[in-house]
Amino acid sequence: MPTYTQIGTAQVVGLLGASSIDFTAIPATYTDLVLKVSIRSNQVSGNDFIKLRFNSDTGSNYSYRRLYGTGSAVGSDNSGGAVSSAVSAYISTTGDTANTFGNGEFYIPNYTGSTYKSVSVDGVAENNASAAYSSLVADLWSSTSAITSINLTPNNGTSFVQYSTAYLYGVSNA
Amino acid sequence: MPNPTRIEVNCTTGEVLEIELTDAEMAELAYQAELAADAKAEEDRIAAQRAADKAALLERLGITADEAALLLA
Repeated sequence: MPTYTQIGTAQVVGLLGASSIDFTAIPATYTDLVLKVSIRSNQVSGNDFIKLRFNSDTGSNYSYRRLYGTGSAVGSDNSGGAVSSAVSAYISTTGDTANTFGNGEFYIPNYTGSTYKSVSVDGVAENNASAAYSSLVADLWSSTSAITSINLTPNNGTSFVQYSTAYLYGVSNA
Repeated sequence: MPNPTRIEVNCTTGEVLEIELTDAEMAELAYQAELAADAKAEEDRIAAQRAADKAALLERLGITADEAALLLA
């Protein structure tokens, strides 16, 4: 039966927020990783989502396919080739309902394997209005390296606001 | 006034560091945000152009979007 072990906790405490969250020195002792976030960015207008990078790799080694809803329409898109970061769950912004946070989960199977790394993501931006974004994303990091660190940054804003949280779990299937 | 921080969580030791950004890092952050805003504006411009092109084509053909969808079904 799979067991989840919490291996990292990040909570944005400072009033000015945090520009990034990094999980480093991830032990190679688990089968999969799960990242759960409750996050709001300081982006003023429009939507925002989290940019995801592994092992500080800023090269064009990521690609994605995404299904999304805006609250009034649905659609899908893809990276159109390799890009410099994976995209992930939509998150709430300062334009959304006050004190709400977007929620998302990332599942990263076989993170120590020697094949390319896939990531399944689901997420919603909480907003009590007609425009409320949600998404399902399949990401791929084209690297054979084991994942030892994860970097999260807002794509459009410059920081995650106070009280945003991110929790990393190791999943053991043994 | 202090700068925002970045958070580093060491998953082996459990140590959590909240590190204040330097002025150089703040400048880089602002630059990256500007690039993202430019990219978003370009995406929006392309989407608006496509919508305008589609509307103009339907107008020329003298049919509605629903009728065009029916033709393609």
